[in-house]
Amino acid sequence: MADNVKPRVRVPKTAKAGEVITIKTLISHQMESGQRKDQDGNVIPRSIINHFSVSFNGTPVLDVKMEPAISTNPYFEFEVAVPESGEFLFTWKDDDGSVYEDRQSIEIS
Amino acid sequence: MILDRRDVLAAGAASAVAGILPWAARAQEAEAAKAVDDLIAEFTGGAEVTEGDGITLDAPEIAENGNTVPISVEAEGASEILVLAPGNPVPPVATFTFGELVGKHMASTRIRLAKTQDITAIAKLADGKFVRTARNVKVTIGGCGG
Repeated sequence: MADNVKPRVRVPKTAKAGEVITIKTLISHQMESGQRKDQDGNVIPRSIINHFSVSFNGTPVLDVKMEPAISTNPYFEFEVAVPESGEFLFTWKDDDGSVYEDRQSIEIS
Repeated sequence: MILDRRDVLAAGAASAVAGILPWAARAQEAEAAKAVDDLIAEFTGGAEVTEGDGITLDAPEIAENGNTVPISVEAEGASEILVLAPGNPVPPVATFTFGELVGKHMASTRIRLAKTQDITAIAKLADGKFVRTARNVKVTIGGCGG
């Protein structure tokens, strides 16, 4: 079930060269753990986002292997030292094979 | 009252079951601990893991709702950090791999905890050594359904 999956990413528009910025990401996803049962007692199959990665101009920044213990609507916050103007690429991979992407550019002032 | 053979057998069976139950629970706990040790060994490749210095794991002391517990890990210069929740049905939580552009080797996220437990974080530092730390979180309402 990958309905209404919507990534939300907050990246500052500008930064000084080498400045450390904080990036916050959130993606709406129910992250079904595979532990819950429905009303008839049947286990609801696992359906989660299992991988999240961030790169900047093609250079890897952060890579997270995610397990069912990550909460609904996975949220991540981390820090990046920005060397130059460019574009961040955020990628989430779903158990069902879907890939969700978001791009954000940043200017060095 | 005279005990006949049937009563004696029933009483015997009952006490045997009573004796086995706590033992089974302990065995289950031991098994979970072993699974966690295996996960750590898999992450470190069998290298020695020291306690404490160089890694910080932040989590609330008491989590009212086990469905979303905010945590934050930081380890200066770490290339990888593994987070485990040994009390969960599935102990691994996440593995963070840091690239060269990260400002500070930290990450925050929100996790699920099934019950009160010591969450554990293990970091691979820049010099290839491994450090671990643990933090007890009391959970009022478990977060794994069931």
